[in-house]
Amino acid sequence: MTSVAETASRPASPSALLRRSGDRLLEAFGLLIMLMALAALAALLYDVARDGFSRLSWQFLTSYPSRRAADAGILPALVGSIYVIGLTAVIAVPLGVGAAIFLEEYGTQGRISRLIEINIANLAGVPSIIYGLLGLGLFVRVLAMGRSVLAGSCTLALLVLPTVIISTREALRAVPRSLREGSYALGATKWQTVQHQVLPAALPGVLTGLILALSRAIGETAPLITIGALTYVPFLPDGLNSPFTVLPIQIFNWVSRPQAAFAENAAAGILVLLVLLLVMNAVAIVVRDRFQRRSS
Amino acid sequence: MSRRPRAIVEFFIERALFLCAAGSILVTVGIVAVLLVETASFLREVSLLEFLTGTEWTPLFSDKRFGVLPLVSGTLLASLIAMLVAMPAGLLTAIYLSEYSGSGVRRIVRPVLEILAGVPTVVYGYFALQFVTPLLQGFISDLAGFNALGPGIVMGLMILPLVSSLSEDALHNVPNSLREGSYALGATKMQTALKVVVPAAFSGVSAAAILAASRAIGETMIVAIAAGQQPRLTFDPRVPVETMTAYIVQVSLGDTPAGTLEYRTIFAVGMLLFLSTFVLNLLSTWLRNRFREEYV
Repeated sequence: MTSVAETASRPASPSALLRRSGDRLLEAFGLLIMLMALAALAALLYDVARDGFSRLSWQFLTSYPSRRAADAGILPALVGSIYVIGLTAVIAVPLGVGAAIFLEEYGTQGRISRLIEINIANLAGVPSIIYGLLGLGLFVRVLAMGRSVLAGSCTLALLVLPTVIISTREALRAVPRSLREGSYALGATKWQTVQHQVLPAALPGVLTGLILALSRAIGETAPLITIGALTYVPFLPDGLNSPFTVLPIQIFNWVSRPQAAFAENAAAGILVLLVLLLVMNAVAIVVRDRFQRRSS
Repeated sequence: MSRRPRAIVEFFIERALFLCAAGSILVTVGIVAVLLVETASFLREVSLLEFLTGTEWTPLFSDKRFGVLPLVSGTLLASLIAMLVAMPAGLLTAIYLSEYSGSGVRRIVRPVLEILAGVPTVVYGYFALQFVTPLLQGFISDLAGFNALGPGIVMGLMILPLVSSLSEDALHNVPNSLREGSYALGATKMQTALKVVVPAAFSGVSAAAILAASRAIGETMIVAIAAGQQPRLTFDPRVPVETMTAYIVQVSLGDTPAGTLEYRTIFAVGMLLFLSTFVLNLLSTWLRNRFREEYV
């Protein structure tokens, strides 16, 4: 029989070795999985760039769709995306920021505020295609907007609303109480305090959240397909009631064709979409940094 | 300006902000109303029993059958594969990040995971169809061009960041005294992580898993692009299937006139989808709150 001290002092006992190697194994596994996720991301980018880079050209950006892959371009889709996202922002931002201000600054602990909060958390988890069905039933049919830019923007605005509200509330919550109390002490009313103190202080956070929410919307495909956005649009949208397509739908349309040449177009379209997202995210970061420096 | 009676202005601004917040409830009401109305007219022509237990789904053929089970099985299969990828990988990543890595690694990995979460799903669909499936066909010779395996794996990659970040939060919130107690009893880091920390964070981790499952069930573009459009009651991951979401996309792309039975099927399927994700989201919130009560 070995004593306890003996066991402890023997470093290479099989069970101790097993325990230590198990420890290493878990760490190695964790690291390996993460590297695989990174490798998958790299493979995705490489795959898209390899297939699509040769198709990227000025002609691709400024042409209309065509039955011949080599002549096709993304101009209507690109313009459509910008139209739809711009209008989405116009609708969702005032509504979302207003709701966030109410819940964060005015919201009493009453039953209605509580209900609204639970409701927003639930809305954030509703699949995007369900918003498409809502848009189809409500905007396209009942409100008779047709399959227009306006209907698409309203649908996407409802889709991003929970995200906008949640991120705006976080930005407002980060504003120190002392700022509000100082403002009240000077005799300002509640809205004066919000308008002149809280909102300017929270602006960088609010803007960052807004841009990120919109960058989520610009990649959305399913809800717009559901409300009936077109897949072949040889013209530019010319108003709120115009039919339209967006970049992700154009990509989807090309992906679903069997010919390899269209797959290349899809890859090139994806590159444009990713660049657009990258620019939006970069703007969000710059906005945050600039405002933070100024306010500190 | 300042002579304007402030109290009235304040009153109207508060009312307006309240309306913004209350508007979010109207969104939920709208979703439920649209789905209910169309589903009700669908169920007037097709019995609920046939819809929920039928094994053939052919609403677009001349011989129409309205059994939703093939769509349910397709959805479950793709989501199951996604969970089999995302759960072990996400949990291991979370364990590694929370228990092993230094803050330097975390500062690099977290943004990369956020990029993975921000990639538009249509891009993932392209990746599944053009890269992952051909890659898998190298190993599995009888894998069809459209199948549940490729998109399932890619969907796992998409929900991985959700699993890992929520699980990491849960692990992170386990009090240090538990770890220290475990070390004091002579346990290694791995034993502590797997037998103390993870079980202690169990409800938090399951909340993450359920939310991820809900996200997978509602995911649309990846499966619409890469899983095929053939509703069949099977759990064979090598053959084309169709999910509930992909069916909605398929009908939306066609020119099914409003008011027909075929048109109403997408709302009935949407209702089923909405209810399943809603129940999962509620369950996840409940588990997370329970976890919070335990430790935070």
